[in-house]
Amino acid sequence: MLIAAALSALLTLAVLGVLAGDQLWRHRLVYVCCALASAALLVGGLKHLGQTPGTGPAIILPFGLPWMSAHFRLDNLSALFMVIVNVGTVAASVFGIGYCSHLPQPRRVTPFFPLFLFGMNAVLIADDAFMFLVSWEFMSLASWLLVLADHKNPENRAAAMVYLMMAAFGTFCLLTCFGLLAGAEGGYAFSAMRAAPLTPVTSFLVVLLAVLGAGSKAGLVPLHAWLPLAHPAAPSHVSALMSGVMTKVALYGLIRILFDLHGHVSWGWGAALMLVGGITAVLGVLYAILQDDLKTMLAYSTVENIGIVVIGLGLSIAFKDSGEKALAALALVAGLYHMINHSIFKTLLFLSAGAVITATGERDLGKLGGLLKRMPWTGAATLVGAAAISALPPLNGFVSEWLIFQSLFKGPSLPHWAMKFGVPVVGAMLALAAALAASCFVRAYGIAFLGRPRSRAAAAAHHLPGTMRWTMAVLAVLCIVLGTIPVTVTDALSGVIQPLTGVHFAVSADLGWPWLSPVSSTRGSYSGTVLMMTGLSLFVVSILLVHGFGTTKVRRADAWDCGHREDIPESQYTGQSFAQPMRRAFCTSLFAARETVEMPEPGDLSPARLTVRVIDPIWTYLYGGIGRLVDAVADQVNRIQFLTVRRYLLMMFATLVFMLLVVAVRQQQ
Amino acid sequence: MSAVLAQIVQIFLVVALAPLITGWVRKVKSRLQGRIGASPLQPYRDIYRLLQKEAVVAHSASWVFRAAPYVTFSAVWLAAAVIPTFTTNLLLAPAADLIALVALLGLARFWTALAGMDVGTAFGGMGASREMMIASLAEPAMLMVSFSLSLISGTTSPTQIIAFILGGGVGIEVSMGLALAALIMVAIAENGRIPIDNPATHLELTMVHEAMVLEYSGRHLALMEGAAMVRLTLFMALIGGIFAPWGMAVPSPEMSGANVLAEMVGLAAFLAKCFVLATALAVFETMIAKMRVFRYADFLGGALLLGLLATIFLYVSEAV
Repeated sequence: MLIAAALSALLTLAVLGVLAGDQLWRHRLVYVCCALASAALLVGGLKHLGQTPGTGPAIILPFGLPWMSAHFRLDNLSALFMVIVNVGTVAASVFGIGYCSHLPQPRRVTPFFPLFLFGMNAVLIADDAFMFLVSWEFMSLASWLLVLADHKNPENRAAAMVYLMMAAFGTFCLLTCFGLLAGAEGGYAFSAMRAAPLTPVTSFLVVLLAVLGAGSKAGLVPLHAWLPLAHPAAPSHVSALMSGVMTKVALYGLIRILFDLHGHVSWGWGAALMLVGGITAVLGVLYAILQDDLKTMLAYSTVENIGIVVIGLGLSIAFKDSGEKALAALALVAGLYHMINHSIFKTLLFLSAGAVITATGERDLGKLGGLLKRMPWTGAATLVGAAAISALPPLNGFVSEWLIFQSLFKGPSLPHWAMKFGVPVVGAMLALAAALAASCFVRAYGIAFLGRPRSRAAAAAHHLPGTMRWTMAVLAVLCIVLGTIPVTVTDALSGVIQPLTGVHFAVSADLGWPWLSPVSSTRGSYSGTVLMMTGLSLFVVSILLVHGFGTTKVRRADAWDCGHREDIPESQYTGQSFAQPMRRAFCTSLFAARETVEMPEPGDLSPARLTVRVIDPIWTYLYGGIGRLVDAVADQVNRIQFLTVRRYLLMMFATLVFMLLVVAVRQQQ
Repeated sequence: MSAVLAQIVQIFLVVALAPLITGWVRKVKSRLQGRIGASPLQPYRDIYRLLQKEAVVAHSASWVFRAAPYVTFSAVWLAAAVIPTFTTNLLLAPAADLIALVALLGLARFWTALAGMDVGTAFGGMGASREMMIASLAEPAMLMVSFSLSLISGTTSPTQIIAFILGGGVGIEVSMGLALAALIMVAIAENGRIPIDNPATHLELTMVHEAMVLEYSGRHLALMEGAAMVRLTLFMALIGGIFAPWGMAVPSPEMSGANVLAEMVGLAAFLAKCFVLATALAVFETMIAKMRVFRYADFLGGALLLGLLATIFLYVSEAV
């Protein structure tokens, strides 16, 4: 009831958003109401997770396709994602209260924002394919309009175009996938799909189309191409939702089809998903390291994290197919935990990027610097977010990566040789991605928030409204809480995955509350709680020791810098110079990264130049190739446009004969 | 000794012992180079002297710069507290396994690198950038070593691995050899030893770790140096513990009375292992020259591949 009321409120708010006009307080009011509606949905999701019975009552409403009505249902999986989604939307809406006044055209954002929230939530409760796809399109189109909010920038228009094409491709795949699941009788309700038997060919096609459709929305390589263009183009609180939340809705679709509607995916698909996930993780983070734009960097890092989650999902499928139900549950818990974590810290980081853009007007790393002093709240919250996404203990990102590693380390127990050799390779990719993510965020944080300001705008960063600061502070606290009480979260997750893996599984079964001991007490365990307490005590002890034995005097002086005292902030490392070792080590073959140095002639006073050239293999080879192919086909087909009437009639006749033949042959059979 | 007491002894043992090990490495190196060298106790005096000095902090530094030495030191200390040195009967052993250990060292590195960038000097950024590049290969290599150890022994917890190996669970395996080689390469990189980094260098363009802590002085520098010393001890305990676990006290129900004796033996064995490893490190460093910065990727990529091969060889040897 609460959920239905909140959803209708969101639809009404969209209308009110149109009426808001130029009055800023009306826009603020819409965001306040969005925050309330999202909070109601969050409470609804949590309440459902708190109850023991798994599935809520089905609600059937008399609209939708002519021969069937609309089905809605809230089960544990939907409720979990409703919580994930609405933590992000509450944060983004509260942030929006303060942020909307800094937007160039709030009128182009406010009406679509509630629609976007509505679409994402409706996908989660849809219980038939039709409602699922309609809500999916609501989500896609509303976010497309939000990407176009700053439509005067030609880059944003191009990004929106690419996004629209990829969204159409994704929906097309999902539509076909549901069509195959529904079979010839057209049982579009999810309950009918679960019961319907699948032939091997349909089964293969269903999984392929689900991975393509949901994967293009989530940003799996090579379908990620739109994501780093579209996510940064939207206003920051919408970027936070697109990266932190909408990708999770896409993964919800993937889990719903692969684990629930299809239910018997073969281990080969698990292996394929793990491989794609590993490649996505490594490529995503390598792209991220090369970016100078704060928001593009964050969008690529989303690609990386989606890869990590998909590794967990693929592993879970492989375990499930081999009958290792407890390990399947472990891998799925790990993947879901990482989704929760990523939705929190990515929302936090995008909001902080929005705060930086509001305060300085700059999003280029090369023009930022020293912001921690000007924006202490944002700086501290971002530090927590950056440490969490770098998988550092005792924060939440580490817990989920630890769980994924633990389940990967059990991967070689699978009977297939491909998995025995493949799992260590995927493990190495995951480890590489995790380590590179830390480099990526040291780089971004160190350059934007530490050091000295690199531009006048950064030096004059101004204060932010309280709602924006508080939102980030609360998200940062959530990162710490989810890292230090992991067992509470995993126990809640075990109820969610029980219907999907068919086993009741608790990660803490062996050692009890603060200990994560997934396999057994002697097989490796972790406790964020104990680690945090011990770490804090050692921190205090080291302060006491140092201050007890020594002096507490501090003198402020100029930086020493090996005696090269310089006051020009340009002498600091920039994003590109920080990335140089990584670029040389990893990107020379992958991205064909080359550096050329142009030295002026002796006596010539012009500056020397260092040019870096990086080729994006996916755009250049894959999409460039598809583009050239489409052009070539179009050129050939173009000829048909200039035929004589006689030839057109001949073609019609030939087509007619061909069709009649097909009908005749089919009737023969 | 109960687990609580053993844990407390372990926590203070690693910190008390760390400067001596570093001092011993320096002493052996200077003898090999034909110098008399300072006493092995010199690092204790250095740290005491640094603690007495006032800390000079740059005008452009933020609170990150002042907090980083404490965070770095306590993260490394915490990591060292859970690696068994003389007994596996540690209270905190279940709190962190090898993966968490890698991440704790990562936490220390994260803060050191940020501190390097905080003052806004070219050297700080250079050190941070190089350190992160080294880490981005050394960390996965160490995780792959954990992977193969976990496949061999069925656990990622260092105490359980040691108990497994001492229990005769593993013979001479190719994988163990490969994992040992990879772990040694990682240890060299993580501790900034030659050929990756030279802890004694003050030549600007070759610095990595030194460049990050260049702006530190007084007690902050003492903590950063202390963290480096504890990290070296930690890796010696790890290598000595897993690949030569002999002498380590493993608690068992029937020998409750003889526990203290076993722990004394464990302590003596640990000291002996540390001095053997420290001498070996000094000899190795004297024999080899430092590498060019952009060759690190080859060296550490090699470590990563060795780690990967260690896991894959398990199946090859199983199948043959």
